Amino acid sequence: MNLKAETLSKIDEVITHYPVKRSATLPLLHLIQEDIGHLPPETSEWVAAKLELEPINVLEVITFYPMFRQKPIGRRHIKVCRTLSCALVGGYKTCATFEAEFKTHLGEVSPDGEVTVDFVECLASCGTAPVVLIDDELHEKVDAAKAKQLSDQIKAEAKKR
Amino acid sequence: MIATAKPDLVTVNIDGQEIAVPKGTNVIEAARLVNVDVPHYCYHPKLTIVGNCRMCLIEMGMPAVDPATKAPVMDPATGKQKINWIPRPQIGCGTNVSPGLHVRTTTPMVKDAREGVMEFLLINHPLDCPICDQAGECKLQEQATGYGRGYSRFIEDKNVKPKRTQLGPRVTLDDERCILCSRCIRFSKEIARDDVLGFVDRGSYSTLTCFPGKKLENNYSLNTVDICPVGALTSTDFRFKMRVWFLKQTNAIDTESSVGANTVVWSREGTIYRITPRRNDEVNDTWMADSGRVLFKAVQAPDRLSAVKINGTDSAFDIAINAAAELFKANAGAVAVVGSGRSTVEEQFLAKQLATALKAPTYLVSRVGEGDKLLVSADRNPNVRGALVTGLIPTLPSAELVDLGAQIDAGKIKVVVTLGEDLAAAGLNAGQLAKISVIVLGTHANSMAGGAAVVFPTLTAFEKSGTFVNQQFRIQKFLKAVPPIAGATDDLIVLAKLVGAAGGAMLPTEVYALWKSIAAAVPALATTTFANLPETGQLLDATPFLALPFVEGETLHYKPAQHVVAAANA
Repeated sequence: MNLKAETLSKIDEVITHYPVKRSATLPLLHLIQEDIGHLPPETSEWVAAKLELEPINVLEVITFYPMFRQKPIGRRHIKVCRTLSCALVGGYKTCATFEAEFKTHLGEVSPDGEVTVDFVECLASCGTAPVVLIDDELHEKVDAAKAKQLSDQIKAEAKKR
Repeated sequence: MIATAKPDLVTVNIDGQEIAVPKGTNVIEAARLVNVDVPHYCYHPKLTIVGNCRMCLIEMGMPAVDPATKAPVMDPATGKQKINWIPRPQIGCGTNVSPGLHVRTTTPMVKDAREGVMEFLLINHPLDCPICDQAGECKLQEQATGYGRGYSRFIEDKNVKPKRTQLGPRVTLDDERCILCSRCIRFSKEIARDDVLGFVDRGSYSTLTCFPGKKLENNYSLNTVDICPVGALTSTDFRFKMRVWFLKQTNAIDTESSVGANTVVWSREGTIYRITPRRNDEVNDTWMADSGRVLFKAVQAPDRLSAVKINGTDSAFDIAINAAAELFKANAGAVAVVGSGRSTVEEQFLAKQLATALKAPTYLVSRVGEGDKLLVSADRNPNVRGALVTGLIPTLPSAELVDLGAQIDAGKIKVVVTLGEDLAAAGLNAGQLAKISVIVLGTHANSMAGGAAVVFPTLTAFEKSGTFVNQQFRIQKFLKAVPPIAGATDDLIVLAKLVGAAGGAMLPTEVYALWKSIAAAVPALATTTFANLPETGQLLDATPFLALPFVEGETLHYKPAQHVVAAANA
């Protein structure tokens, strides 16, 4: 595990927050995912050693929660809401637009490495459907046209780099 | 041992029957005592309770009291205290008894709950019973018949999961059949202390898995197969070999160590197919080691002895007995008997009679390995204590027959009768062996059988009945599971005939009758008979042997005597 010194100190600190070490499993996994971007295969063993557990105990947690990623994602994570309110006003089209714009498929890293598009459950902004979460930023009323616009914006930023 | 305090009893009412049960008993166990079956999958009496299968749902209530005055509320219709029934079903496994608890298992709500749970469990179950090894001993099959709705409403597609994962060298997993009860996971963690199994993914994709790169290969892995309520975990060895309903079950004892785990031998038409543990809460709970489950392969092994031989040539039984008698006569006073910690109590008793008739010294060979602190002890002979109780040996045996070797070198011993022990392996050198005539009673070929004066092929523990005294001084009986192979003779017959050949009184050659002689001759066994020995064994008085430095360390339900522990640490 190649973790930043800062992450390691955060990990050591967060373990002290709980009466039993096992309870720190979720926070540790979040910290590692924040640092590396995903949870590489050796995570289970590393966390288990850190928390005096067996690796299978950690693997159970990693595979249980869909927000833990076991594979790398693109530079940006585009999450399109698929739940009812968004679906009724064109969430599927929004999602298809992102996929077409970046020539990618759901859950995969786009060929240019810029994005990973995911079709996720409710993002809790039904009044402004369809909604899209790009990394930590919420975009409201994203119809196909706005999806195209957001895609162009991302591509433009990518070109500048 | 510290005497357990008398458990506090709690009176509960199950389906109208009152019963007093110890505090801490759960509803499933309490119901079992009044012969009420509460169906369950994940609950196992020797594992922690997780309550995740939901099959044991019951209706429960408590006697009503007035909230203000705490006075009992009476039901005018029956004149008894009213019962406040909880309007939702509760799980029986996770509900411990409390005074006055009322339980109903036959109401429409319970019936609906069970049908609902069964229907959900069967949604992703492949229902491949016709090709499933568990069929016939499958809880899902039994309880679907007993408590299910009888027909399916399921029209969707079932999940597809891995069908034949090798979890380890002895266990094969069919994930589609798994109902996610987690018994195997808890067993691995709590009993075997090898936490490698777990559920990955979630919802209907949940899959039982071994951690990538690890294997379920501890010496207790096959217990997961025993406790699996469905056909998900199967024994790689037994898989697809035989339908369980064709098999005859015979109670037996694991012979691999002095723990004496209780077992069941499953056989059909003289062939043994598998060995599984038998519950004995004082010895092995419901577990046994994997290594004890393959011992039956010795019965049909190619190196089984099957012909009586005199000086290497085939002979007949009576001629061989006469040859032995001649040897005894010609070498009177120069005979030794090497008994075995693998022999039964009955055989050791007869060996003692033989030694007495011949005025011969007796020996035993010890086998010491490493104990695993669970169900394989350090003493790999199942019955050393039997030899002590019957008086065959006065003290603990050593691994090498040094004294016997010295006697042979001195020319004092010229004939050795060995009960299955390999004298060369037990430390006699070629020169010493060349000086003696050996009478072998044995099951399998070893370096002795070739050069022996007389060879009597005898029986494995699966082909005869008898008793072993385990490390707790618990005498336990086992019964003949399969008929002997052709050419082999019961050890008791050979020994009784040899006693006769040595000039002793003729003794019974059959285990039930022989016990009359044993009871008469051995004070510690005076009140015991083979027929009356309970299935769970009977503890003998260990006090005469307390001072002996037994080799066993702590195992399940056994703690070595304090002074032995102190000596080991010193």
